[in-house]
Amino acid sequence: MADATTNPTNTGLTTADGKPLKAALAHAQARSRRRAFLLVLPLLLFIVITFIVPIGQMLKRSVYNDGFTVQKNLTTGEKTPIMVNLANWFDENPAGTEPDETAFVALVEDLKTLKETRAAGQAGTRINYELPGSRSLFTQGARKAKKLQPPFKEALIELNPKWGDPKLWQVMRSASSNLTGTFFLAAMDRTRNADGDIMSVDEDHQIYLKLFGRTFMLSVLITVLTLILAYPIAHLLATLPLRYSNLLMIFVLLPFWTSLLVRTTSWMILLQSQGVLNDAMVAMGLIGNDNRIQMMYNKIGTVVAMTHILLPFMVLPLYSVMRPINPSYVRAARSLGATSWTAFRRIYFPQTVPGIAAGALLVFILAVGYYITPALVGGSDGTLISNLIAFHMQKSLNWSMAAALASLLLGGILILYWLYDRLVGIDNLKLG
Amino acid sequence: MAMTDSDAAFVEFDRVQKSYDGEVLVVKDLNLQIAKGEFVTMLGPSGSGKTTCLMMLAGFETATHGDIKLGGVSINDIPPHKRGIGMVFQSYALFPHMTVGENLSFPLEVRGMGKDEREEKVRRALDMVQMGDFASRRPAQLSGGQQQRIALARALVFEPQVVLMDEPLGALDKQLREHMQFEIKHLHDSLGITVVYVTHDQSEALTMSDRVAVFDDGRIQQLAAPADLYERPENSFVAQFIGENNKLAGTVVALDGGNSKTEGKIATVQLEDGDTCQALAVKCGGPGSKTLVSIRPERVSVSADPGPNSTTAKVLELIYLGDHIRCRLNVHGNDEFVVKVPNAAGHKHLVVGETTQITWDAVDARALDPL
Repeated sequence: MADATTNPTNTGLTTADGKPLKAALAHAQARSRRRAFLLVLPLLLFIVITFIVPIGQMLKRSVYNDGFTVQKNLTTGEKTPIMVNLANWFDENPAGTEPDETAFVALVEDLKTLKETRAAGQAGTRINYELPGSRSLFTQGARKAKKLQPPFKEALIELNPKWGDPKLWQVMRSASSNLTGTFFLAAMDRTRNADGDIMSVDEDHQIYLKLFGRTFMLSVLITVLTLILAYPIAHLLATLPLRYSNLLMIFVLLPFWTSLLVRTTSWMILLQSQGVLNDAMVAMGLIGNDNRIQMMYNKIGTVVAMTHILLPFMVLPLYSVMRPINPSYVRAARSLGATSWTAFRRIYFPQTVPGIAAGALLVFILAVGYYITPALVGGSDGTLISNLIAFHMQKSLNWSMAAALASLLLGGILILYWLYDRLVGIDNLKLG
Repeated sequence: MAMTDSDAAFVEFDRVQKSYDGEVLVVKDLNLQIAKGEFVTMLGPSGSGKTTCLMMLAGFETATHGDIKLGGVSINDIPPHKRGIGMVFQSYALFPHMTVGENLSFPLEVRGMGKDEREEKVRRALDMVQMGDFASRRPAQLSGGQQQRIALARALVFEPQVVLMDEPLGALDKQLREHMQFEIKHLHDSLGITVVYVTHDQSEALTMSDRVAVFDDGRIQQLAAPADLYERPENSFVAQFIGENNKLAGTVVALDGGNSKTEGKIATVQLEDGDTCQALAVKCGGPGSKTLVSIRPERVSVSADPGPNSTTAKVLELIYLGDHIRCRLNVHGNDEFVVKVPNAAGHKHLVVGETTQITWDAVDARALDPL
C-alpha cells in the first residue's frame, strides 16, 4: 500500500492486499449499482415496450410494406407469397422495359393466385396508395383472370385499358419489393414517373409539403407568441415577494390542472362566430351583426388555443432561469451608467437565454406534434401535419404513409435538437 | 453651522425620510453632509437603515421625504444611470456572462467611449488593483478576493466622484478582509474620491473612515471621527456598539459646574448598590434623573491611589490574552465589569476570588442616557 500511495505515477494502483484498485472499487460498488438498476428496471422495461419498440415499428413500416408480396391469413397466421411470377419478370427486366406478352402471362397467373388466396383487395389497396383507382382494377382482374384467353396482353387491356398504363407497371415494380422509399417520396410530395425518375406531383395534389410548412410556420408563431407573453410573467414571478408570486404561480399552473378538452372547448365558446367575443363586439357596435369575425375553425383558432395551452411550458423554464439572477446585476449596470433598456439588453437578457432556448425548444416540439387542439378548432385551414398522420392511421388505413410522415417529423425535430445543442449547448438547458 | 457646512458639502442628505409600506419609517429625519474627498462610513446593526440610505443615494430607492443633493444639486429626480456614482455591491455583481475586461469596459461603452480609450482605461484600472493579467478571465474563475478587486476596479474605471460600497468585504475571510481594508483606504487616499461605505463591522469602520455615522433605529446616533466615537460616545447606544464597555446604572444626585480642563459638568451618580461615583455629564438630566455610566475597560486601573472613583472589586474570572489580561470583576454589584490589565513589567497579578481596589478618572466615566 505504501508503494501505491507514494507512487502516484503508477497507473495500476492496488489495495492493501494487492488487488487492483479499480477492480476492488467496482466490486465494492457492485451491490449498490445492482440495486439502483433494479429500481429503474420497471421504467426501463416500460419505456422499451411502449416507446422504443413502437418507434422502431413505425420507422420500419415507413419503408417496409408487404401488401403486394405476401398474403397473410388472418385466422391461421399463415403467410403465402403472391405476385411471384410478376416479381420474377421485374427481376429479369430493367426498369422502363415495355411490358411484353411474358409479363402479361405472369400477371394473369398472379391474378389467378390472387383469386384463390382472396388477396386481390389487399394487393389492389397497396397499388391504390400510389395510383388511386387501382383497387377495383385488381379485384375485377382477379375475378375474370380464369376466363381470359391468350394473347393476354390484348385480353387484359381489352378488359380494362388501365392495364396498359406504364405508370401502373412502374408502381407494381416498386411494390413488388417489400422495401420501398415511395412513402417517403409521397410524404414529400414526390413520386416516380414511368421511367422510375423522381419528380414532383401535380400542383393540385401537393398537400404534405404545404402542411409541413404550415405546421412549421404556426409552431414558430406559437413559440414566439408564448415567449412574448411568458417573459414578463416569468420576470414578475421571479421578482415579486413570495406571497404574491405563489398566487401568480397558481394562476400559471391552473391550466395544467384543467382538462385539455375543457380548455379547448372554452376557446371554441369564446371565439366562434356566435361566441362571446363576437357577441360582445357586435353589442359594442365595433362590428356589424352580419360580418362577424371568423376566429374559429381556421389558423387563428389554432394559434390562440395552442398559445394558451403551451404557455406554461414557456413560463416555467424562464422562471427557473430568472429566479436565481441577483437583482444587483441590473442595479450594478444602472449605477455604471446604463439606461434601464441597456441594462436589460446587455445584462439581464443574456442571462435568461438558456431559459428562452429551453422554453422555445419545448414549446416548438410540442406544437409541431400537437393533435387534439388543431383537430378540434383548426377546421380545414388550421390543421397540422399530426392531423394528417391521424387521418392515415384511422381513415385511409395507409399506415406506411402515416409512419413516413411521422418519421419525417421525428427527423426534423432531431435536427432541431442537434442545432440547439450546437448553438446553445444542451448543458445550458434548464427546464425548472 | 448647518449653513456653513452645506456650502462645503459634496453629498448631502437633507431631512430625508424613507418608508417602504407607509406605516413604518425605516429612515427617520436623516441629515448628513459629506465633504469632497471624505471617507464616511455608515455603521450600524442590520435593519438600522444604513443600506436604505446608500440605495437612496445610488438612486435605487426614492426618498419618501427630503432632499438628497450631490454637488449642491438635488438628485431626487435623476435616474441612477445619470448620477455618475460608482457602486460596489456586497455580492460584487460582476456580470457572469462577460469577461473581466468586458465587465470593466461596460461603463465606458455605455458612455460611448472609443475602443482605444476604453482599453487604455481598463488596463489602467486593472493595474491599479494588481489584476492586470486577468482581463480575459470570467468572474466565476476568480477567487473571492480577486472578484472583490475587479468589482472595485469596475466602480472606479469611469472615474466617478463618489463611490458607494455596500459591505464590500462581507464575504471575505478575516485576513483578506483586513488586507483589502488597507487597499481600499490607499486607493481612496491616492485618487481623492469621496467614499460612502456601509458596514456592520465596527473595526472596519474605525480602521478606514475619516468619519463614522453610527446608525440605529433609522437615525444617526453619532457622527464623528473614529477616535472621538470610541473615546467620547455621546449616548449609551454608541458606547455599547463601539468597542467594549462597562455600564453602571444609577441616578444623578448632583451636577457641579465643572472646570476649564474638562469638557463639561461632573455628575455625581448614586449607583444601584448605594455607593456614589463621579462621571462626566455627557447626556444625562439634572439631579434625580436616571443615567447609565459608561467606562472603557482599558481606562480602569487596578489598585491605584484612592480617588473619587475608587472601589473594591472581587475578581471573578481571568483570561490570559498575551498582551493583556482580561479580568471580569464584580464592581458595584455588576458581575460583568471587565478590566484589561496590560501585561506590562511589574503589573499586579490578580487571583480569582481575591478582592482588590480599582479606580478610574471621572472624565473617563461618561454619564449617558439610560437605555
